Amino acid sequence: MSSRSPFTSRYSRRQIAKTAAAAAVGGVVLGGVSFPHAFAQATPAAGEAELEIFSWWTTAGEAAGLEELFKAFTASNPGVKIVNAAVAGGAGSNAQAALQTRLSANQPPDSWQSHPGAELKARYVDPGYTVAIDDLYTEQDWDSVFPEGVINLITIDGQKQLVPVGVHRGNVMFYNKDLLSKNGIEVSDDWTMDDYFKAADTLKAAGVPALALGSKDTFAVVQLFENTLLAALGPDDFTKVWTGEVGWDDDRVTTAIENLAKYFDSVNSDHAALTWDGAADEVYAGKAAFTSMGDWLYGDATAKGKQDSIGWVNHPGTGGSFVAVIDGFTMPKGAPHPVNAKNWLITCGSKEAQTAFAPHKGAIPARSDADASGFNDYMKWSAAAFGKDAVVPSLAHGSAASPQFQSSVNDAIVSFIVDLDVETFQQALVDAQADAQ
Amino acid sequence: MAQGALERPAARTASPRRRLVPERLLSPLILAPSVIALFVFVYGFIGLTFWVSLSNWKTPKRDLSLIQPLWETYHRLFTTTRFQIDIRNSIIFTIFFLIGSVGVGLLLAIALDQAIPARGLIRNVFLFPYALSFVVTGVAWRWIFNPDSGITLLMDHLGVNWLLARFGTGPIRVDWLISPRVLGDIPMPDAVKAQIGIPVALIPVIIAAVWQLSGFAMAMYLAGLGTISNDIREAAALDGASLYRTYRDIIIPLLKPITISVLIILGHISLKIFDLVFAMSGKGPGFATDVPGIFVFEQTFGANKYNLGAAASIVMLALIAVVIVPYLARSLREVER
Repeated sequence: MSSRSPFTSRYSRRQIAKTAAAAAVGGVVLGGVSFPHAFAQATPAAGEAELEIFSWWTTAGEAAGLEELFKAFTASNPGVKIVNAAVAGGAGSNAQAALQTRLSANQPPDSWQSHPGAELKARYVDPGYTVAIDDLYTEQDWDSVFPEGVINLITIDGQKQLVPVGVHRGNVMFYNKDLLSKNGIEVSDDWTMDDYFKAADTLKAAGVPALALGSKDTFAVVQLFENTLLAALGPDDFTKVWTGEVGWDDDRVTTAIENLAKYFDSVNSDHAALTWDGAADEVYAGKAAFTSMGDWLYGDATAKGKQDSIGWVNHPGTGGSFVAVIDGFTMPKGAPHPVNAKNWLITCGSKEAQTAFAPHKGAIPARSDADASGFNDYMKWSAAAFGKDAVVPSLAHGSAASPQFQSSVNDAIVSFIVDLDVETFQQALVDAQADAQ
Repeated sequence: MAQGALERPAARTASPRRRLVPERLLSPLILAPSVIALFVFVYGFIGLTFWVSLSNWKTPKRDLSLIQPLWETYHRLFTTTRFQIDIRNSIIFTIFFLIGSVGVGLLLAIALDQAIPARGLIRNVFLFPYALSFVVTGVAWRWIFNPDSGITLLMDHLGVNWLLARFGTGPIRVDWLISPRVLGDIPMPDAVKAQIGIPVALIPVIIAAVWQLSGFAMAMYLAGLGTISNDIREAAALDGASLYRTYRDIIIPLLKPITISVLIILGHISLKIFDLVFAMSGKGPGFATDVPGIFVFEQTFGANKYNLGAAASIVMLALIAVVIVPYLARSLREVER
């Protein structure tokens, strides 16, 4: 090389090689893991300047709720940069897949969102990804502020593992007010499955599908099934069916499945093309009378300005029971910023943060002592029920049974919608139970 | 030229660095990193997946101990109705998708091989769908086949449905995508719980896939047609062969290597298909459009049944190997010759 280029004169070859290697390694790290705290680890001086929170709260109301929690955290922990590691899509299934990958690679965020019960146990506690937080409960005196049913669900093998933030109700029947009054149908919280099917006959005769269903969302059908099952079993035995104390071959389970098939006598014909919110649109528009859905539907209606067209009542036959879909946050083992993580959980459990969070998310606070003055009509109804009803876990939302069982039920129900074969479906439930043990 | 040829041997002996790394070592050295990476990240992980498929790992907690009996997970996999349906769908999809893409691609290529105006433009128009991502294609075609929008809406607006109503027949409502029906029922042994036929909901997905990839087949055929010497065409014309006979008996047989390449490339795409189906119809009503890829994703990351997901992956690999291995063996023979 007779004439040196400016490039080689400024940097020695070895330096270039080093830089290239570093860039390559950096690329691999970022490509494979790509987490903001990969940088924080590289500069230990940054210490506890960050807090990374993982969730699947990305839609408007959910994100706004999460933002309220962030605001509350920043108020008591100024100067900490919050990294929102939310993953969108698939009602959390995409996020759970992404999280599972991170956890098995020992790259946990500082806290992540989970439903209590079986999901918490099977996905996070049993593999040893979390740290029990009994001390925090004692320190913050939380044992008295959360209802017993909630405490039971967040306690896994005798240890508390989750701080609940908000509570959704899964067994709500929303209806179009005009359609019901036009057809002379009255509903109340103590109505039964028979009352519902009588109303369905009236509506069918009037040429209106009684039920709007969005079976493109498998969870919507599973939720319809669990509400129907709850009506057949009652809250005590409904809880026992998940522990095996009541068998899936029980006659009342058969009744529930028969009722599930019966809904399809009067259902929207395009249910296979719709998701749950598409089904909700049919009810807002008066094209169908009822839809059985969790109370996030109320948030959807409010966002679309349709909340005045609908009324609500609990799913027929489930008065006195509250199917709780609870969101909470965990304490990871090996959290990158353990002090911040603990402070985050303290924020999540605080009355102020929960009160600010709930209206955006369309949930009610998990604390029974939260301030109800800012609640809308729906929330007041739900909060009153939460205070007195039996709290039961939800299968469709992960709390009642392991992911394995849940997935088997999902598969069985997809086939059931097509053939409405009661016996095959019940056998699939029995098999799934045997399989999951 | 001559000068350069003279100089080269001189340069070779003059450079001492060449002897430090002998030439016969150079190519293995350069290849080594990629060979190592290949063995670790491809064959190593295939081996690992196979191991997982034989293990007890069916919860989020890793458990690589071997299951007893060893074939337990595979037995469960093949007796699962859903997986039987998936294999059916995968095969039906592959057959019709290959016939469609190759057929349409060949016709387009032959049409564009004629002296028609704006050939270059038309060729690009047909090739453009290939540049789209499967997810985009899936979403767009989902809207087209949605029973409330797309074709149904078009028929409403064009007045076709109004006309049909006047003639006393029902309106055109394309609800294939939400139909759980399966056309035909080929008798099978009792162990096969899936109904073997053509699922109606799969038809729109096949149409979308053909739309996207027939342009690719066309491009391959156009390249092939370009290599066929004009002498052959002229000889055929002199012998009085019609255009139809020229293509049927001369040109299309000459394109056989292209056809085989297209079939292999599209065949392995279709056996692995995931994103198009996931975006367009998901599992479909009664698993009418479910494919092994979706099954693997849901069992592994949804249900955390890692061994079942791994077993399904290995079955997918075997299906693809059936397509790819003969092709590789054939091209390897050609190289040796």
